[in-house]
Amino acid sequence: MAIANYLYLSAILFTIGAVGVVIRRNAIVVFMCIELMLNAANLAFVTFARINGNLQGQVVAFFTMVVAACEVVVGLAIIVTIYRSRRSISVDDASLLKR
Amino acid sequence: MQTSANLVWLIALPLFSSAILLLAGKRANSWGHVMATIVSASAFTIGFVEFIAMQSRADENRAVAQKLFTWISVGSFNVDASLLLDQLSICFVLLITGVGTLIHIYSIAYMSHDLDRRRFFAYLNLFIAAMLLLVLGDSYLNLYVGWEGVGLASYLLIGFWNQKPAYATAAKKAFVANRVGDVGLSLAIMIAFATFGDVSFAGIKEHVEHASSTQLTAIGLMLLLAACGKSAQFPLQSWLGDAMAGPTPVSALIHAATMVTAGVYLITRSNFIFDEAPIAQLMVLIVGGITLLFGAIIGTAKDDIKKALAASTMSQIGYMILATGLGPIGYAFAIMHLLTHGFFKASMFLGAGSVMHGMKDEVNMRKYGGIGKFMPITALTFGLGYLAIIGVPPFAGFYSKDKIIETAFNAGGMKGLALGIATLLGAMITAFYMTRVVILTFFGNERWGHKDEPHESPALMLIPIGLLSIGSIASGFILSKGEGLVHWLEPVVNPLKEHHDEFLPPIVVSLMTLTVVAIGILIAVSKYRGDQLAQAPENVSVLTKAARRDLFQDDLNESVFMHPGQTLVRNILNIDYLVLDGLVRAVGSVSLTAGSRLRSLQNGYVRSYALLMIIGALALIAAIWVVTA
Amino acid sequence: MINLALDIGKTAGPEAVLFYFLAPLSVFAGLGMLIVKKAVHSALLLAWIMVSLAIFYIAQDALFLGIVQVVVYTGAVMMLFLFILMLVGVDTSDSFTETIRGLRAIAITAAIGFGGLLVTLIGRATFNRPITGLASVNSNGNANGLAKELFTQYVFAFEVVSALLITAALGAMVLAHSQKTRSPFAQRDLSIARFRKDNLKDAAGLPSSGVYALHNAVDVPALLPTGKAAPTSISAVLEARGDMIESSKFQLQQEEEEK
Repeated sequence: MAIANYLYLSAILFTIGAVGVVIRRNAIVVFMCIELMLNAANLAFVTFARINGNLQGQVVAFFTMVVAACEVVVGLAIIVTIYRSRRSISVDDASLLKR
Repeated sequence: MQTSANLVWLIALPLFSSAILLLAGKRANSWGHVMATIVSASAFTIGFVEFIAMQSRADENRAVAQKLFTWISVGSFNVDASLLLDQLSICFVLLITGVGTLIHIYSIAYMSHDLDRRRFFAYLNLFIAAMLLLVLGDSYLNLYVGWEGVGLASYLLIGFWNQKPAYATAAKKAFVANRVGDVGLSLAIMIAFATFGDVSFAGIKEHVEHASSTQLTAIGLMLLLAACGKSAQFPLQSWLGDAMAGPTPVSALIHAATMVTAGVYLITRSNFIFDEAPIAQLMVLIVGGITLLFGAIIGTAKDDIKKALAASTMSQIGYMILATGLGPIGYAFAIMHLLTHGFFKASMFLGAGSVMHGMKDEVNMRKYGGIGKFMPITALTFGLGYLAIIGVPPFAGFYSKDKIIETAFNAGGMKGLALGIATLLGAMITAFYMTRVVILTFFGNERWGHKDEPHESPALMLIPIGLLSIGSIASGFILSKGEGLVHWLEPVVNPLKEHHDEFLPPIVVSLMTLTVVAIGILIAVSKYRGDQLAQAPENVSVLTKAARRDLFQDDLNESVFMHPGQTLVRNILNIDYLVLDGLVRAVGSVSLTAGSRLRSLQNGYVRSYALLMIIGALALIAAIWVVTA
Repeated sequence: MINLALDIGKTAGPEAVLFYFLAPLSVFAGLGMLIVKKAVHSALLLAWIMVSLAIFYIAQDALFLGIVQVVVYTGAVMMLFLFILMLVGVDTSDSFTETIRGLRAIAITAAIGFGGLLVTLIGRATFNRPITGLASVNSNGNANGLAKELFTQYVFAFEVVSALLITAALGAMVLAHSQKTRSPFAQRDLSIARFRKDNLKDAAGLPSSGVYALHNAVDVPALLPTGKAAPTSISAVLEARGDMIESSKFQLQQEEEEK
């Protein structure tokens, strides 16, 4: 099996996550799709580390995880705030930016 | 050259007085007219003192100069705000302040019922100051300041009763027509600066032989244009008749005696240019000749006494301009006619004002008639002025006008003949229309159609008229005695030493003149003898109709300048609106349309933004795909 | 020059088996995330993908990251997701009718194009060094090697990230904080409210569930002295969910009473 298969998997998972971000309306599911994209990228990083024979890819993946954790915390807080004022977590309901 | 601080006071006094009157407001209502009159009289006193001092000096030392401050200093170009009082200026100073003071006195009574009398006197003083600056400036630039100042004062005084739209329009008309002339003066100054690098009279006179005749002709023609504007000469004459909208003292002072003669002053002052520019000088002659006939013809048909006198003024200034066009020999006669005209025309205007005062501001001569017996003093003084203007010896007009006619004939050849005939014809028409004015006003049946009899004016008005009448009797004799004025002005105008051949002996010219004047009087008497109607007759000749319409001067201006100008402006406006604004608005509407189309992309749905990001990523990766292929 | 996709890093044996077993499952789980209606199900499928990825990390000599993936992602982050889901309504489910016209079709087309291009690009990629593997850098253990990188070369980034984490925590607190506009209802207020109502029927409080009945569970309604079931004795939430047991079942038989 070629190591590149991990990269294919990563690409496919990333694409699935991207589609999910666009077509799902539940803000939490959208968020989870973003997490999926981040994880797909992490897989690619880990694979690159292996191909390169050093740990820098893994370090980047580590930082990605930390940043993702931060993002989840803030993002979910935003979702809770929106839910509190609108009683809805559909991203389409928070479409007042245009006015 | 001597200096004299008096020159500063001469201008500063009326200027400050004017400022005080305008700034003090209602507080000055009770004493404003008195102060203005005193200031004007003081200016006359200063002028008279200077005149006496000047007489006591030798010919070449008579001029007095006074530098006020350095006005413009740019590189090699220096203009000082300096005053110059020489033999020419002093004539004007005495005329302006003398006649001005008399008219101030007259106005105290004439304007006594006007609520705005203080403002009127402020403007009068402003005019005196500006006019003095005009004649005292030692360079064209200084003259220009005074030139504009009198234009402003004239505008303000013509439109003094600006609550009447027609009067305000008349003021505007005068201002615009003057502005055309002012363009000429400013162009003349610019050409002079480009040619000589100097704008002072002395500087230009010194270097005049270095300039080409083309340059001198250009300067001369531009100066002539300026003179035409200010002195109501053809083709810029149309404003003077309407300028009679101003109070009568204003008509007497500004639009008869002083300001309108500024053109004559300008040409006389610029004698060194015109003497070297024959084409410009010929144009001066032509303008003067046309205007003297033009004004005279208009004068025959006017029923408004002030407009008839205004037409007469135009005609008389035509004589002066013509005289200045005759070259060195004519300048002195022009100035002499200017001075005598200042007396008799001011006296007649004030007389007309007196008649209007007694006739409840009626100006239509057809509604006068037989006023002589109700206002004997006014009639007498007006009659003296009448005799002076038509040139009956020994009154003032005889000496000055006769000399001009004689000099015109002496110009030689066809030119002399044409000018001589024109001036003689002018003299005849003058006699005709002035006789008409006198008969219609003071003789014949009473046509005013109401019970109130006209009354004689108060002494405060009659005294100035009387004094001016003395001037119109004696001034001609005094000025021409032993060719006094001619010699007096010699240092300024440099008359040629050699003598022209005389076309006709002077006595023949005088007899011819008196003959045509007599013919003119006889025609007028036979035509206006007996009872007249209070209405102007309608079935009149084409020429009379034309003269009543001011020989179509306004129609000409409107059709040649106003309407094409308006069309031009309207078209430019349309071009501006359609093309330039159109471009701007096109940019705007394109932006708006693009914005409203693109706005649908900004629907606020975060998912569509995410989709755009995906499409962007797709484009990016496609680019990489293509590049690495 | 060696082709990344074809020539390098052939692995055989257990890793290949593991990959061919888990990778398709992960893809299916990902697709499932897109089509399941309930957010909770999506979360579970995501957790599955994350665990699979953790296994892949471990298989690729990234032991530390694999453990962290399990602990942080599947443990903490997913718990957080589920917690929020509980907070905003565990049964919230999407309607799948698309409201923005054309969005879904364009999105799927664009994504397929994107994925396809990405896959072909990977297939085309080349690498100019022989693959060495991580055996040498992991000789003191993966965690040691990673720690050495983190605390030497990347120590500044590490500190910055820690600051970011604290800031995010603080930010979340600020965002989630809400100002109370009125004091909460205390027992005293509730009592006053009960007595101020139109009738005094409930002045003594609602009946407790199940007390006088055969059962004493919260999903069983109380029986009133008349023998009828009291619907007000059951929580409105349970009633709305349909988790309430049919009250009539516990009602005393009227016929028996009549007999």
